[in-house]
Amino acid sequence: MNLYGIRAIYIFEMARTFRTLMESIASPILSTSLYFVVFGAAIGSRMGDIDGIGYGAFIIPGLLMLSLLNESISNASFGIYFPKFTGTVYEVLSAPLSSLEIVIGYVGAAATKSVMLGILMLLTARLFVDYQILHPLWMIGFLLLTATTFSLFGFIIGLWADDFQKLQIVPLMVVTPLTFLGGAFYSIDMLPEPWRALSLFNPVVYLISGFRWSFYGVADVNVAVSLAMICGIMLACLAIIAWIFKTGYRLKT
Amino acid sequence: MDSIISIQDLSKHYASGLQALNRVNLDIRRGEIFALLGPNGAGKTTLINIICGIVTPSAGSVRVDGHDISADYRQARSRIGLVPQELLTAAFENVEATLQFSRGLFGKPPAPALLEQILRDLSLWDKRKTKIMALSGGMKRRLLIAKALAHEPDILFLDEPTAGVDVELRRDMWQMVRRLRERGVTIILTTHYIEEAEEMADRIGVIHKGEIILVEDKAALMSKLGKKQLELTLQAPLTTLPTELADYPLEITREGHALTYTFDTQQEQTGIHELLRQLDRLGIDIKDLHSSESSLEEIFVNLVRDRS
Repeated sequence: MNLYGIRAIYIFEMARTFRTLMESIASPILSTSLYFVVFGAAIGSRMGDIDGIGYGAFIIPGLLMLSLLNESISNASFGIYFPKFTGTVYEVLSAPLSSLEIVIGYVGAAATKSVMLGILMLLTARLFVDYQILHPLWMIGFLLLTATTFSLFGFIIGLWADDFQKLQIVPLMVVTPLTFLGGAFYSIDMLPEPWRALSLFNPVVYLISGFRWSFYGVADVNVAVSLAMICGIMLACLAIIAWIFKTGYRLKT
Repeated sequence: MDSIISIQDLSKHYASGLQALNRVNLDIRRGEIFALLGPNGAGKTTLINIICGIVTPSAGSVRVDGHDISADYRQARSRIGLVPQELLTAAFENVEATLQFSRGLFGKPPAPALLEQILRDLSLWDKRKTKIMALSGGMKRRLLIAKALAHEPDILFLDEPTAGVDVELRRDMWQMVRRLRERGVTIILTTHYIEEAEEMADRIGVIHKGEIILVEDKAALMSKLGKKQLELTLQAPLTTLPTELADYPLEITREGHALTYTFDTQQEQTGIHELLRQLDRLGIDIKDLHSSESSLEEIFVNLVRDRS
């Protein structure tokens, strides 16, 4: 295995993050903090509990998931799209690296950044809202799995995209609506039928539900099903990436 | 012959229908400087990109130092350094970091002393902390060479290395290429500057419409295909060529002040002696004589024109 090669890509990508601290770290923390302030501290105190949890605390897992999904996708997609756009990807393609090593380098860096952000957001939330984490190991497990899975998904978008607009379409037009409708701000048990049944077709419901269970021990769907859903999405992403590298789609002519 | 790169029946057919390479067979000798010449779109860059793993071949095989570029790609690629034609750089990185990145990609441990030497050799040491976007075009070109050398390759591909660089830098690069060859690095360069190939190459290959139409030692090529010209400066100008000289390959040049005689260096009899006697008989006095050989550029143009 070309460990130095993986390390080179990882360091290169992490250096990009630290070069752009305001955009990469400060901006997503600020925007998520605004949610905590508005829905947690300001409006939250006037809203009733959900499943016995104060509203401000209830929305924390969903908000973290919203940021985690968007950041993982945008970090990983930009990481591979930009060298394609500038042409510098020639260096990675001509290096003695397997496709798995390339994925570990880019996706590993994107997932690391997302996890860092997730932890920073969690610490920031403490400033505004009181919350507990009943199953901290499961919480970290969900955090790592989700960051890795959606970084893989972002990597696919970065390989597929051939302009900057396509890079933004999926996070803005698909992931954000699915997260808002996936129980970030409510329990899907509060929805009337058929909306509740329809919500079960939204994969983000399972991610938020599992993550929320790790905090408060309550879930919309069985936690094992949530875990299976994340693993299923991860396997699907890995299969698509393997196909892309095998065929050279959008990478090699 | 010890081949470091062996290309067998290599073809590339793009999805657009373009046949970029057609059954190319070529051997590059270990330690040589090989110049690949060809007009735009001839297939030079496609050939290089296939060997380096950037483009997938449609058919055929390539072995680099005995290693197949597909089955044994790690071994094959680790021996190759590539300087691309375009100035492709990560603009926001600094010089030192991008070199470390290049070395790492090829699976090599950090080697600060080596990278310092490379940067010094290419006059970039003072710029090691400078962002790439702040470098001049010539410096970026040198940086690309430094990146390609960072993992100590045995083979260096230079795709149009001196395109757009000034004369001084071009000569510096030629010297650097010669130093690399002295260290045993095999160099394959594509160029539009024929003088570059003429100056540096041991062997020359000409590619046209995806086919290798000629591979020859440079000296042998120039000797075989080269033509010599003899320019005779006249005492008195001529307006028309006398009929007695009609059978000679002669041209009136310099507005009648000279006659240019073209002859083949491979022929036993050049005909110069007979021509001079005939001129003497006709009373055409000669003031000066000057002979010149055709350049590689003329040879190349003739070859490609004959094929078109």
